Amino acid sequence: MFALSLTNRVACWWMIFRIALEERLAYRGDFALGTLMRFLPIITQVFLWTAVFEAVGSGSSTARLAGYSLDDMIAYYLLSMLARAFSSMPGLASTIAKQIREGEVKKYIVQPIDLIGFMLLGRAAHKIAYYTVATLPFALVFYLCRGYFASGWPSSEILIAFVLSCVLGFLLGFFMDLCIGLVGFWFLEVSSLLFIYMLLNFFLSGHMFPLDLLSEPWKTIVDWLPFKYMAYFPAAIFLGKIPAEQLWWQVGTEALWLLGLIGLSRVLYSRGLKRYSGYGG
Amino acid sequence: MYGLSLEAVRELIGHYNSIAMAIIEIEKLSKSYRVYQKQEGLLAAVRGLWHREYRDVEAVRTVDLKVEQGEFVAFLGPNGAGKTTTLKLLSGVIYPTSGTARVMGHVPWLRDNDYRRRFALVMGQKNQLWWDLPAQESFRLHERIYQIDKKEFTRSLNELSDLLQVQKLLGRPVRELSLGERMKMELIAALLHSPEVLFLDEPTIGLDVVAQHNIQQFLRYYQQQRKTTILLTSHYMKDIAALCQRVVVITDGAIKFDGSLSGIIDSFSGSKILKLQLSDGQSAEGLERFAEVTSVVLPKVALRCARAEVPKMLAAILQHYQVDDVAVEDPPLEDVIADLYQKSN
Repeated sequence: MFALSLTNRVACWWMIFRIALEERLAYRGDFALGTLMRFLPIITQVFLWTAVFEAVGSGSSTARLAGYSLDDMIAYYLLSMLARAFSSMPGLASTIAKQIREGEVKKYIVQPIDLIGFMLLGRAAHKIAYYTVATLPFALVFYLCRGYFASGWPSSEILIAFVLSCVLGFLLGFFMDLCIGLVGFWFLEVSSLLFIYMLLNFFLSGHMFPLDLLSEPWKTIVDWLPFKYMAYFPAAIFLGKIPAEQLWWQVGTEALWLLGLIGLSRVLYSRGLKRYSGYGG
Repeated sequence: MYGLSLEAVRELIGHYNSIAMAIIEIEKLSKSYRVYQKQEGLLAAVRGLWHREYRDVEAVRTVDLKVEQGEFVAFLGPNGAGKTTTLKLLSGVIYPTSGTARVMGHVPWLRDNDYRRRFALVMGQKNQLWWDLPAQESFRLHERIYQIDKKEFTRSLNELSDLLQVQKLLGRPVRELSLGERMKMELIAALLHSPEVLFLDEPTIGLDVVAQHNIQQFLRYYQQQRKTTILLTSHYMKDIAALCQRVVVITDGAIKFDGSLSGIIDSFSGSKILKLQLSDGQSAEGLERFAEVTSVVLPKVALRCARAEVPKMLAAILQHYQVDDVAVEDPPLEDVIADLYQKSN
């Protein structure tokens, strides 16, 4: 009985995943272009940090910023970009808010499916579609930039932690965006909230610069916030910036944040539905 | 003691309940919305930032309704009367302010999966299919979501797409379909899992006459075959006349009438229409002495008079005028309903 319902469930999840993937590939031109455009900022970043380091150390190769050499900095940038390929959720929160506003969310309320699980599968499919297209360019960029990775491949323990932190980063990013989208049950329009969130995320995730560059008390504050897991944390793991004795503690803290956000999203969803009056007809 | 075990008694009571219980039972159901009372003007808009006045709108007020298995019921009423709100309550999309409802024994707004597998909701103004994909992909997803047996799925899909004549469109992205074709796909998506109860909210809205007719015919055939219990809201009298034996008129969130379509005329219209064909050379002058003249296109004249006065009036007219033909008719349903709506406002 249980086994049967489990296979049914898995079959259903697989179908949701497949159809979301198909939908993603429907606009292949736009999709491929959007994927490739993401690689453009790399060049500007390389130039920017080279200029910064020239100004700081007047071009000496030993100049360091908060323990980062120029090579480290560019390696960090590339890795954080990889981390963000997992954690960023373009359009998720605004889509959910729009579905609430326009009453499309009724579809999930009426059908025997779980909105959150459905969204998660759909987003996972989007990501897989993205990786399929992006793997080759990513590999090429990392190959061309291999010179910046001065210390070579890290240990397998660090690699495992890195991969795990990327996957957790995907889930964390998903549930954060989801929670913001679900606020749409109360405010209908979440674009300002989303803007603030994206701004915070941009600076506090380490997307702009490694968080080690921050001075106290900001460094401690940012350390306690969940944003750093979206970009800084995986990159810092890979580059060995996280002390070994703290590594698994921090991965654990990330998992706790994730659990907290899953709980929050469930509360928001069930409260939101209570409040929902079926806007838009 | 009496030759009946406790179990047997329980079984009997259960049996009795299942007979006595209607498939849809609504008791004193009410739903009020809190809406922000927006004042006109910029100043008021600024004030509204910190001080807001709310107003309670009662969309549905203490509605009682029972629907038996296999009935095809129409909800009729002006815009904003509470028809859609009632359907939303019954499909569990919103919670009521007070009162109870049971559909097939389930409380809709608890949204348990057992209930959600047994009914379907189609909204003429909402799209439930995947916009950029062919409809058949959405159908396959429904096959999984509703755990439809594979053979049963293929059989239903073939039958439904045959009846609605959309076999050739199954592979075309939904965004490329016409409104009528899309509505047919929506219906298929809703019926694949053979729901026992179906809620249709204006399924023919915006469709051309042919498409409306197709969907009417389909619904009538389907309902006759399957004995599905259907609740329909529509503004097209033709939909209702063609499909529903029972009509529930809702205005201002309350039920004003519950009966057959022709019953509406009997209960709400006290007048009849007299249609006369005057003989050659007769003028219609002076007819207004007898009754209200509603149209004169000689030799035809139409008059409206109170139902009780028809024989007297007719006799008087026939005394004074030469008439070739007489017909006594009910006023058009649309007029009666328009009156009814206006009274409620």
